Amino acid sequence: MLVKALTGSKKYWVWVIFLLVLVAIGLACYLWQLQKGLTITGMSRDVSWGLYIGQFTFLVGVAASAVMVVLPYYLHNVKAFGRITILGEFLAVAALIMCLLFIIVDLGKPMRLLNMIFYPTPNSILFWDMIVLNGYLLLNIIAGWHALEAEYKAVPPPAWTKILVYISIPWAVSIHTVTAFLYAGLPGRHYWLTAIMAARFLASAFASGPALLILLSYIIKRVSKFDPGREAIQKLAAIVTYATIISVFFVGLEIFTAFYSQVPAHGMSSIIYLFAGLDGHGKLVPWMWTFAILAVLALVLLINPATRTRDTYLQAACAAVFISMWIEKGIGLVIGGFIPNPFERVTEYVPTLPETLIALGVWATGFLILTFLYKIAIAVKEETV
Amino acid sequence: MKTSRRNFLKASGACLLGLTLWPAVKGFAGNSTEYNTSSKALAGKKWGLVIDMKKCWPKYQEGCRKCFLACQRAHNIPDIANKEEEIKWIWTEPYENAFPDGEHEYIPEIIKGKPFIVLCNHCENPPCVRVCPTKATFKRRDGIVMMDYHRCIGCRYCMAACPYGARSFNFSDPRPFIKEVNPEFPTREKGVVEKCNFCAERVDTGQLPACVEACPAEALIFGDLEDPNSGIRKILASRYTVQRKPELGTRPSVYYLI
Repeated sequence: MLVKALTGSKKYWVWVIFLLVLVAIGLACYLWQLQKGLTITGMSRDVSWGLYIGQFTFLVGVAASAVMVVLPYYLHNVKAFGRITILGEFLAVAALIMCLLFIIVDLGKPMRLLNMIFYPTPNSILFWDMIVLNGYLLLNIIAGWHALEAEYKAVPPPAWTKILVYISIPWAVSIHTVTAFLYAGLPGRHYWLTAIMAARFLASAFASGPALLILLSYIIKRVSKFDPGREAIQKLAAIVTYATIISVFFVGLEIFTAFYSQVPAHGMSSIIYLFAGLDGHGKLVPWMWTFAILAVLALVLLINPATRTRDTYLQAACAAVFISMWIEKGIGLVIGGFIPNPFERVTEYVPTLPETLIALGVWATGFLILTFLYKIAIAVKEETV
Repeated sequence: MKTSRRNFLKASGACLLGLTLWPAVKGFAGNSTEYNTSSKALAGKKWGLVIDMKKCWPKYQEGCRKCFLACQRAHNIPDIANKEEEIKWIWTEPYENAFPDGEHEYIPEIIKGKPFIVLCNHCENPPCVRVCPTKATFKRRDGIVMMDYHRCIGCRYCMAACPYGARSFNFSDPRPFIKEVNPEFPTREKGVVEKCNFCAERVDTGQLPACVEACPAEALIFGDLEDPNSGIRKILASRYTVQRKPELGTRPSVYYLI
């Protein structure tokens, strides 16, 4: 089946080559980073995680799209999702590979990565994150590939893959929970020290992942003969709606706790920094207000059935959800946690050009994998339609 | 028995996975490695430090920076001008920044804005050790929180976890920034985290930490917190001392006399 990724129209190859160019630029910048060290990034002693870890955090959420189609399909027998479960699983595969790559590019000593396995440390959340991310990746590759192979051969998928699918449902919850725990249990990082961190991660994940899946479904419908189906898209839209409402509600909870209590150690300074600026520093203020406006706009479009059921409005709403959640989790959450620093001072962070190009290269790698996987899946589906 | 190429590949894959996981199994099942120290080593169950700021300030005002310099020389600390990528083991912060929760607008002039010596607190319950995924940072039996520069993968999780800003990361190669290399102590390379080690290498050979030894005012008092007859315990028993951010539950081993 793999060979199906190697045949395609001219447009397909233009897209693949475009991604390959981005990958090559990112790789070149990464080689430079390997030689010079992380000094080529905008990170500092105070803001020691930046764009890379932010992207990783956000993309763990995108991997959730799989469970949001797998769970209704397998546990509640929602037939409409049968057509797109494979798309969800393959999106999870691509997102997880991006997550792992973002962790690797962030390491100061990537050649020592296997120390995580040679000296396993169960008291470190990062150890468990490695287990759950790689486990979820394997589950989705195996279950997704077997399901597609079965469809290709027009036979039912092997029975044991169903067990993997059932395991993958709680496992999906674990990747978000464990990733949230990376942040949630740290003394002195007030913005992250919140019991609803895992709940926030799950909510924003179930909004951004399915939102991307809806957008991808529309693209697939346009560029191929395979139609993911209006019913599936509308059901996903309902999931995105609820998840976005809960996500915005959770952000509101954080703001209430911080400001009504007036306890500085509940993240008040970080929230002030993010939304209004602190000590004359406010580089993230326009970003955070973009998040707020896009989230509200998305909610208006999603909650109103007249707009949610219209293709163009739904596409706009999904784009708004995806971008706003990307800002909130991919930028605000990680950087906001480091500001102010342990000495109550503000050191701002701006990614550098090579850092941005490396991040773009990782995104391009993920989309390249996604393109190949979707190409194969759609080719199989076009044949069976 | 006939083996197809497919089955052969499957079996090889399984073997490879097993080989990869074996060290992990050993890690969980094995005992932690013990270490030996020299017979000359200072005996102590839990090392701590008292910093008497009243003794320090007059000298500090005169320009005394002997503790910083002694530390810098002993540990090959690079002198990096870029504040964002500085390597700091021991330095000063104004009272309001070192003790952000101990500040109010009417604090006495005698401490307002005054420099306080800060360093790694060698916490009894260190968050950095808890989060490190490779045990590159670990706590010794005598309470010293250590860094293994050769095991660190540079994930900087410990920097996110430390509530005292005590950890520095080598964003670039530090060697060109070392003024005078001390061959007795390793230099570091780019991509690893480092911090104050309470001069474990000196304690283990019967010497006091370099900063303590260098202080002309005897403002730094190093000793065993578990020994009721130690000098440090006598000070703690007789004078009121404060710790940085005690409310976080990290239980710092560095105490301040104001």
